[in-house]
Amino acid sequence: MSKQDYEIVIGLEVHCELSTKTKIFCSCSAEFGGEPNTHCCPICMAMPGTLPVLNEKVVEYAVKAGLATNCKIAQNSKNDRKNYFYPDLPKSYQISQFDIPLCYDGYINIETEEGEKKIRLERIHIEEDAGKLNHDDYGRGSFVDLNRAGVPLIECVSKPDLRSKEEVDSYLRKIKSIFEYIGISDCKMQEGSLRADVNVSVRKKGATEFGTRTEMKNMNSFRNISRLIEYETNRQIEVLEEGGEIIQETRRWDDISGKTFSMRDKEDAEDYRYFPDPDLVAIQLSDEYIEKIRNALPELPESRKKRYLEEYQLIPKAANFVTSSKYYSDMFEEAIKICQNPKTASNLMMSEIARILNEREEEPEQIPFTGRELGELVQLIDKGTISSSISKKVLEELFENPKSAPSKIIEEKGWVQISDEGAIQEVVNKILQANPQSIADYRAGKDRALGFLVGQAMKETKGKANPQLLNKLFIEELKK
Amino acid sequence: MELYELTVHELIEKLEKGEITSEEITKSYFERIKEKDGQVKAYVSILEEQAMTNAKQVDCDRKAGKMLSKFAGIPIGIKDNVCVTGTRTTCSSKMLENFVAPYNATVIEKLKAEDIICLGKLNMDEFAMGSSTETSAFFPTHNPWDLTRVPGGSSGGSAAAVASDMAPWALGSDTGGSIRQPASLCGVVGLKPTYGLVSRFGLIAYASSLDQIGPLTKDVTDSAILLNLIAGHDPKDTTSMEYEKKDYKGSLINDVKGMKIGVPKEYLGEGTSAEVKEAMFKVIKKYQELGAIVEECSLDVGQYASAVYYILACAEASSNLGRFDGIRYGYRTEKFENLRDIYKNSRSEGFGTEVKRRIILGTYVLSSGYYDAYYKKAQKVRTMIKNAYAELFKKYDLLLSPVSPTTAFKISEKMNDPLQMYLADICTVPVNIGGLPGMSIPCDVDSEGLPIGFQLIAKPFAEETIFRAAFTYEQNTNFREEHKPTFK
Repeated sequence: MSKQDYEIVIGLEVHCELSTKTKIFCSCSAEFGGEPNTHCCPICMAMPGTLPVLNEKVVEYAVKAGLATNCKIAQNSKNDRKNYFYPDLPKSYQISQFDIPLCYDGYINIETEEGEKKIRLERIHIEEDAGKLNHDDYGRGSFVDLNRAGVPLIECVSKPDLRSKEEVDSYLRKIKSIFEYIGISDCKMQEGSLRADVNVSVRKKGATEFGTRTEMKNMNSFRNISRLIEYETNRQIEVLEEGGEIIQETRRWDDISGKTFSMRDKEDAEDYRYFPDPDLVAIQLSDEYIEKIRNALPELPESRKKRYLEEYQLIPKAANFVTSSKYYSDMFEEAIKICQNPKTASNLMMSEIARILNEREEEPEQIPFTGRELGELVQLIDKGTISSSISKKVLEELFENPKSAPSKIIEEKGWVQISDEGAIQEVVNKILQANPQSIADYRAGKDRALGFLVGQAMKETKGKANPQLLNKLFIEELKK
Repeated sequence: MELYELTVHELIEKLEKGEITSEEITKSYFERIKEKDGQVKAYVSILEEQAMTNAKQVDCDRKAGKMLSKFAGIPIGIKDNVCVTGTRTTCSSKMLENFVAPYNATVIEKLKAEDIICLGKLNMDEFAMGSSTETSAFFPTHNPWDLTRVPGGSSGGSAAAVASDMAPWALGSDTGGSIRQPASLCGVVGLKPTYGLVSRFGLIAYASSLDQIGPLTKDVTDSAILLNLIAGHDPKDTTSMEYEKKDYKGSLINDVKGMKIGVPKEYLGEGTSAEVKEAMFKVIKKYQELGAIVEECSLDVGQYASAVYYILACAEASSNLGRFDGIRYGYRTEKFENLRDIYKNSRSEGFGTEVKRRIILGTYVLSSGYYDAYYKKAQKVRTMIKNAYAELFKKYDLLLSPVSPTTAFKISEKMNDPLQMYLADICTVPVNIGGLPGMSIPCDVDSEGLPIGFQLIAKPFAEETIFRAAFTYEQNTNFREEHKPTFK
């Protein structure tokens, strides 16, 4: 049997740090970073005798996340203790939710090659993050930094509905964009505010039972998640093909080798001894409370997409792309306010901005300039001040110097389009003289020859010639 | 009469009249401590220097005509599981022997706001686990009525200090009887308030769903005064109730006519000593004479309270005490090569036997496969017990029972028999399971001159009913006049 005979089954647990001002159980700052142990107090350092008080914003944000992902909301929920020892966990238990999560039974729709697909969500619950261990480079030991201890998280658990790394990518991007749209998290993967535990298994196509799964924790890059799935599914298929068995375990992903490794040093299946936290009262939510949050939800990607298709007449591919990230979508809306040209704005984003981000291995939230600059750039194209080929160079420049205006960039760089008919006529004449064969080809009915000549002229003018004018003059000359 | 023999309300009266100063009061206590604590050993830390400075300051302010609380300059002793900024808070454990609290418990903030002066920190069973104060990692406390006997526990230091006039009053904590049982064994008044009446913020947790801070005092009036000072909702403790503020002093009314008191027959059965029973019957008779209606009733499900208690309290403790891991504060072993060693050896060396026993028990009952059979079932029985109490309180204003089935036992008598020790709580534990208020009021001494207390229990947040009945009893009897600790 071969790889094609297997089906990949993936479920994700996405951990997302909420962007509340304060931590989940005390009033310390929940901001990322800071000198070690400066965002802490007796409560998040687990000094004896301290008690947690649940930050209501955390509940509100989690309910928002639940409503935006079509979840049911538990009106009677609670906090549970998950007990285990680790130096980054000061209380020796994490306050989480065990059997009654705040949100449950939801779904989101993702785009796949075969069209829209529904991915079911099992639950979303609230919990606290742990601290961080900094290992000393000189071997003098490990240092505990509790700045992150008590930063609020939601954990969003999908059903094992994902069937390929592409679907996983699409799902993650969708979850990320939804959380960005509703403003509950900045979802910065590079800072670890969005990370995923990936559960992977394979089974023969047509099988009804799931295969044994392995879990890779704390993945925080789209690229590595794709690499991981590729590697781990191949590994599992190989093991099975050789007659082996998959062991249910947590495996460690290694960025450099691109492989997963069994973590045999880890203790046997831990027993977390979950029980309701007696320091916290039950979480009770009224219908009014939930409805109030529902009514205050901002416009979600689905609805924006619909609007872009109908109002702006974007093609589905462009509408999907622009709404795939709140940063894209906000940038787009800001740009078209200035340029009133949704088509060109979305095209530039889809082709050029996406390409540059990809080259830089960055995410939309890392685009250093705003929709203002993009809108102005489109305006410059529409006015004929620059050609679309120059616009690519302007975008590249904007990534480097985000503070300068596109009009200033083209002025400084001398990229203004040549629209002077006399000047272009000169270039046309020069190119025609140098390419008699192309003239003959064109006259013999080969239209492609015109494209070649225009290309040569563009090269000659470093892309600054007005392409419409160039076309017009070439045709006039060739028809003479 | 020496100053240290007075009740707090007597001291306040003298302070108000300007007959005495805070410095004189405070000094008299430190002199008394120097005289008696060598025998009793109630204090873990004595805060003389700081207390004397504070007392002088209060006198100075009062002289200068500053607006002060009428409690300003009154001293107090604090059980050593309540955090006081800048002082050692040890829980009488090697684990926290050198732990200096970086913050004040809410009750301490409240007392400080009145300029009440902390005399020192009082001995207890390690992490409040015990009924004799013998599990203290430092030393056992001795009962002032008979120094060869235990003062009860876990607030044994608090009860002994008040009984021996080494503090005018004290704070203790009660998880399964830890205020009431030592109060009974030492002949003082001890109140466990309704769960949620007093903030637990800053009380080092033993069992979070049961722990409650409360007063140990010389008489019922002082108990009401101290409860007035410490009760009330605290935004830092979400389990503290938002309840209308009451003046418990207003409940000190000498009248129980028509009050209905139920006496659960289960607590006057086999396990209770004849002398304790006899004392209870005398109390019942007294209440009847005073016009109360006293009836026998039944709390059948109460027989499961101890089992429920040791499952729930140990389960919570096993998690609550996890933070003592040798990483951030507290005892750390010197013998380690890796992380596992730090945990294992710090906890093995830092905790005493009883604490370890309860952590193991609690870990066991929460383990997967056992959770349903123990923890979950215990929660269900807890609800049944609460419901049974609610039924009784439809009929009765108060329930009356012994506090302890026996009077003070000999030091080390029960140390090697944990089950016997656990039975010392049999009359007090159900009250914590029910989340109810309960008070121990001294009523008699046995043939050896050891004090006996009786317990009054009310429905949640009905402390005023207890105060009224206890005050009435006190006004019509003479325990304090007739009996004094003998330090024999």
